Amino acid sequence: MTDLTLAKNEALPSSGLASRLKRSGADWRPYVIYIGFAATFAIFAITLRHNGFLQSNNLLNIPRQASVVAVAAVAMTFVISSSEIDLSVGSLAGLAGIAAAFGSNHGGLPVAILAALGVGLLIGMLNGLLVTVVGIPSFLVTLSMLWMIRGFGQWRTSAKGQPIAAPSFATIFGSNTMRIVWLVVFAVVGTIVLNKTRAGRQVLATGGSRTAAEFSGISTKRVKFWVFVASSLCASFAGMILAANLNNTGKYEYGQGLELSVIAAVILGGTSLFGGKGSIPGTIFGALFVQLIGNGLLLTGLESSQLDIIKGAIIIVAVALRRDRKGAH
Amino acid sequence: MQGADTVTEHGDLLGRRPAIAMSAIRKSFSGNVVLDGVDFELLPGEVHVLAGGNGAGKSTLMKILQGVYSMDSGSIEIDGLPVSIGSIHEARAAGIGMVFQEFSLIPTLSVARNVFLGTERRSSLGFLDDSDSIARTRTVFAEMGVTIDPTTIMEDLGTAFWQLTEIAKAIAQNAKVLILDEPTASLAKDEVDALFALVHRLTEKGISVIYISHRMDEIFRIGDRITVLRDGQRMLTSSINELGPADVVEAIVGRKVEGAFDWKPRCVDRSGAPLLEVRHLNVGTRLRDVSFSAHPGEIIGLAGLMGAGRTELARALFGIDQIDSGDVLINGQCVHLGNSGDAIAAGIALIPEDRRAQGLVLEHSVRDNLLITQLGRFRRGPLLNDRKGSALAADLIQQLSVRTASSNLAVGRLSGGNQQKVVIGKWLGSDPEILIMDEPTAGVDIGTKIEIIERIRALAHAGKVVIVISSELPELLAVADRVILLRAGAIDRVIERAAITDEHFLHLAIQGVAP
Repeated sequence: MTDLTLAKNEALPSSGLASRLKRSGADWRPYVIYIGFAATFAIFAITLRHNGFLQSNNLLNIPRQASVVAVAAVAMTFVISSSEIDLSVGSLAGLAGIAAAFGSNHGGLPVAILAALGVGLLIGMLNGLLVTVVGIPSFLVTLSMLWMIRGFGQWRTSAKGQPIAAPSFATIFGSNTMRIVWLVVFAVVGTIVLNKTRAGRQVLATGGSRTAAEFSGISTKRVKFWVFVASSLCASFAGMILAANLNNTGKYEYGQGLELSVIAAVILGGTSLFGGKGSIPGTIFGALFVQLIGNGLLLTGLESSQLDIIKGAIIIVAVALRRDRKGAH
Repeated sequence: MQGADTVTEHGDLLGRRPAIAMSAIRKSFSGNVVLDGVDFELLPGEVHVLAGGNGAGKSTLMKILQGVYSMDSGSIEIDGLPVSIGSIHEARAAGIGMVFQEFSLIPTLSVARNVFLGTERRSSLGFLDDSDSIARTRTVFAEMGVTIDPTTIMEDLGTAFWQLTEIAKAIAQNAKVLILDEPTASLAKDEVDALFALVHRLTEKGISVIYISHRMDEIFRIGDRITVLRDGQRMLTSSINELGPADVVEAIVGRKVEGAFDWKPRCVDRSGAPLLEVRHLNVGTRLRDVSFSAHPGEIIGLAGLMGAGRTELARALFGIDQIDSGDVLINGQCVHLGNSGDAIAAGIALIPEDRRAQGLVLEHSVRDNLLITQLGRFRRGPLLNDRKGSALAADLIQQLSVRTASSNLAVGRLSGGNQQKVVIGKWLGSDPEILIMDEPTAGVDIGTKIEIIERIRALAHAGKVVIVISSELPELLAVADRVILLRAGAIDRVIERAAITDEHFLHLAIQGVAP
């Protein structure tokens, strides 16, 4: 019996910063987001201890404010893991708030929720069909959808805010406690689905190598279709949290730019922009991390414009630290 | 037609029922007949070699068997029962497992997750049971006699492991028939031995193997029977030991080929100045103090184990990897090789190891691929002169006899051998002085191999320096005037071709057992 004990493939000469550091010890790259979060937290805890950073209300504000991004980012992790992108989530979140307001006028809370999620389902199916059946790249489909949804919302509401006629809506989606509850629920469900179910495995396989997935009997079109549906449903849910928080009102411009924060959270969390690798806990911490920086820097008295510059720079550094030997994320 | 007399109809000598019997398979693509009534039969527990040139119809036949293509007419029987194979699923359910050359493993998933992808066991809650996959993967590997940690991520493993994982995946799905398509293309010699031992173990268990390969030595080592296809027709089916290599080559190529792999002593004039001189080259830890020179008309063979520095030397000379210290002189002039543009300007060309990833833009046309190295030559003012470009492309296609329907066809749609010809053609057009070829004949058929070897000789004859890296020693010995043996990034020894008696000699030298 010949035993095959082959040497590991010699790694290609590595050029990344991370791989140079890596030679000194264990591979810490997948944990960059957690290390970064902990380090930043420690720095703020020390430097901003007199500015109220460590007050429990301030600390709880971080997950509360991160909940909108986190909920949408859970589904975005699936989208990016399958090697696609969804740019329509921000506009859709805005439209979901409007839909909830219209629904609330026709049957209170249940109809408000159904209307918001219904809009998400519709947009998700449309995105999914355009990508899988018509074959347009998701970047273009969802970019176009971004404009169309926003235009539609602005037009139907004459650009006015639409109050949601169900006070309980604000409690269920927008209260301090519930925002944290929703964040935890989405994090747990997302983690289980991605790591422990056939659906999750199929998403990772599709993004890792579409041909190989097809040859392993996976219908990658079906996988991609449902990933877009999930993304839109989660974006609508995020939209409900958002509307509940902004005076229980839906408005077309709420959620503007949300897609970029969502994508940033996913990538910061260690999901590969090229598909095939994804981490929901990473994504959640990505969302929390962005919020943490905003929170801390705001306490130091920086303006939000300055804050944006620093946020952008930190994201670049974090992603650079995670570059692996192939130059991929 | 030659070969008809050697056909042994239904070689069912022991009264075994064929595991697979394909009869009168016909298939054409848009009027182009690819398979013209091919019969193919596979006995249980045999290794049946399927040979033929690029475009002979081997892969189409196999894709029909796997349900990727549907046949126009013909029939397939599995274990004596007629079946219709309409999809990959149906083929798999019928026990046909393909070990894909390139694509059936997900690089980002672990070995165990790949082996059971789509067939995972689930707990009562419906969650995937990874520990079960890992345990069962261990069992399969133990049966195969392989030690791989099932939790390793695929992309951290070498090519040999990918192949073994593919085989494990097929076995885990109870495949009765394995299709191995060029399985040794990127394996080192001891890995090949291990793979062959594994194949024997599998056939002892009654698993049949269809073995597709261009390598003569392997065909004779591993095969029980052989079927040769040419231009969509079966040329012969025969027991291997009734044939010699010359018979097989003749059936594949369609004419008698003699002496293509024989070395003809050539006179290299080393009295003048060398065309290429490398002095004390250092690249990281991968190349250490490499010095050699080459005179016009000389063919240098680079030999060594995987990772010995052959590809690294090619990359450094082509400006891809930065040189830390040392000089490269061309015609006595020191040249700076900061990037591949510098190398091209200095007259160096590299035909890379991985033609699909490094050599070609697969979606672009044959013409555009051929012209990409010399866009500067077809300008009219600031614009590209299409007519001149097309003329040169047509000329190169003819010179290299690239088989393509049109120069506008995407190069990815050509067969492997023809793709390789395009990579070579792309550099011939720019007329380099120094041509480095990294595994120029990997995965190309015997006919094309002969053409490439003749091309290498012709280039040297025209006064160029050709540096050839090849794991196929007969080829290296067929062309090289000198063989530079690399070990751990340094030159171990330089051997004159005349001093090398045979392949075995060189093989021992590479292994470090100095003969």
